[in-house]
Amino acid sequence: MENKYLLQIKDLAVEYHTDEDTVYAVNNISLELRKGEALGLVGETGAGKTTVAKSILGILPKVQSEITSGEILFEGENLLALSEKKMQKIRGNKIAMIFQDPMTALNPIETVGFQITEAIRQHNKISKYEGQQRACEMLEMVGIPRERYNEYPHQFSGGMKQRVVIAMALACNPELLLADEPTTALDVTIQAQVLEMMRTLREQMNTSVILITHDFGVVADFCESVAVTYAGEIVEKGSVDRIFNNAQHPYTQGLFGSLPSLDSKERRLKPIKGLMPDPTKVQKGCVFCDRCPHATEQCAAVKPAPVETEPGHFVKCSLVKGAEQ
Amino acid sequence: MNPLLEVKNLKKYFKTGGGMLHAVDNVSFTLDEGKTLGVVGESGCGKSTLGRTVLHLLEPTDGQIFFQGKDITNPSRKELRQLRENMQIIFQDPFSSLDPRKTVSEAIMEPLIVRGGMSKADMQAKTRELMDTVGLAARLEHSYPHELDGGRRQRIGIACALALEPKFIVCDEPVSALDVSIQAQVINLMLDLQEQRGLSYMFVTHDLSVVKYISDDILVMYLGQVVEKAPADELFSNTLHPYSKALLSAIPVPKYPNNAQRILLKGEITSPINPKPGCRFAARCRYATEACSKPQTLVECSPGHFIACCRYKEIQEHKEDNENA
Repeated sequence: MENKYLLQIKDLAVEYHTDEDTVYAVNNISLELRKGEALGLVGETGAGKTTVAKSILGILPKVQSEITSGEILFEGENLLALSEKKMQKIRGNKIAMIFQDPMTALNPIETVGFQITEAIRQHNKISKYEGQQRACEMLEMVGIPRERYNEYPHQFSGGMKQRVVIAMALACNPELLLADEPTTALDVTIQAQVLEMMRTLREQMNTSVILITHDFGVVADFCESVAVTYAGEIVEKGSVDRIFNNAQHPYTQGLFGSLPSLDSKERRLKPIKGLMPDPTKVQKGCVFCDRCPHATEQCAAVKPAPVETEPGHFVKCSLVKGAEQ
Repeated sequence: MNPLLEVKNLKKYFKTGGGMLHAVDNVSFTLDEGKTLGVVGESGCGKSTLGRTVLHLLEPTDGQIFFQGKDITNPSRKELRQLRENMQIIFQDPFSSLDPRKTVSEAIMEPLIVRGGMSKADMQAKTRELMDTVGLAARLEHSYPHELDGGRRQRIGIACALALEPKFIVCDEPVSALDVSIQAQVINLMLDLQEQRGLSYMFVTHDLSVVKYISDDILVMYLGQVVEKAPADELFSNTLHPYSKALLSAIPVPKYPNNAQRILLKGEITSPINPKPGCRFAARCRYATEACSKPQTLVECSPGHFIACCRYKEIQEHKEDNENA
């Protein structure tokens, strides 16, 4: 049973320390990812999505951040216990990341071809020539002619740069790809191109993906399962079908109500009232109770445990059926 | 009755090293009182430039602008000051459009001070009233922008725009920088204000689901030109221009399962510097023929629905053939 999951996050908690406060960015998140699965990690700004991805890769800022509990098991090995030297062998090789902003993710003074070759040769003992050939193949795979190998990032448009970043991330054929808002900075027609390309590549290489996004439309398009994060916790997770058609948590329902729909004729949106809780304060009860239309006194006092409302569909709310009252 | 705003053949060219950049090319539209005109298109299509040129934040290269029946294409300084009382703008980025050294009340009061003619007590009363209107708590009066979240900052921007009780507001991507749950709050506020005060909006955005929700009429722009103009419902139910079709089909819809067929465009927006005559979309259009290299004119194909494509009839028939087959 141990090898059922490619990645298993158990009870991860991350804090950031500033001069005055402690920010509780991730609070006891648990997450599983099967081989070949694409999981959408959805949530608003400050929900802790990117912190989770950075914890997996071990690239949290060293001084300010602290992982206070938890394990991240990748192929059965706890990444948090590995030495930096061992992590370097995994990072970019078995686990790769696509960052949100393609404009800043590339080195402006090196050619794109060199940057891809560098990533390949970092992890594979091959000659410079072989590395270049592989880089050219990667460029072609993401739809960029190999003649552009010697061009610099500023000569590419935003969509092309993001393709270069994707080519670099996939160059070592990673087992797991962490895509942090990969299409947010792109226009919709370019976003459609990039998503289509990522889908094709995923099928070819059987890569598992964690897609971090705030856009439910992209999730519906790309993922098989969804985890909804709020204030550093996963409040609901399940298959795309169950989350989109049978959302149970009031926050998830609220998010769907906030989206202007293309088919509905309603004249008013139903926004979630209020704002995200202050991340420097520990929430005693449910993280969402301040904004929840159904909240009771019980909700503010006791932190709800995840309830499996139907197979594979977990909801962290004490008001759903099956939760202990 | 005259429309509130009428724009005829408006052009805005920028001089660049490589030649003339046609940011806005021959755009005409009218906007009635209390209505909303949505302007959509991808980055670089000239939608923001259009909004700014209408407000005289940029001087038009050619064309005419009428406001309340009066020609305001070349206003004197004095006329321009009066105009600005009636025409305001809400900017995209609530993080950079506010003066970081001004408190909330100072920022909102500034337009009143600039206009002059009010006592200090009156201005303070007016400021409080505005804060109340946009839903900012009175206790935030002395807060600085950095202490507030994006949604509240955007409310300050809206209060500033409303201070002089304008008739017309250009909204340049007012909700793009906000999270969905906050975005819905701000959109509802803008709709309420429109109902109460009979405001007219020009709503510039790349988010098509928001624009459908808020607009009466929609302009679709591509490389500085209007390719299609129609009432919102008509545009979405009877899309005619090949570019509009591709743009609408590229929106990721938060629905599962989603069987919508996606039209993938090849290539990216071409350069708007010294564009060739003829359809600017032709290079990416799968229906393009030789006829497309001639200049396209905007024709009314059904009441209120305008399209700039010489082949739209054939494309429509082609589609029907496919459906019958």
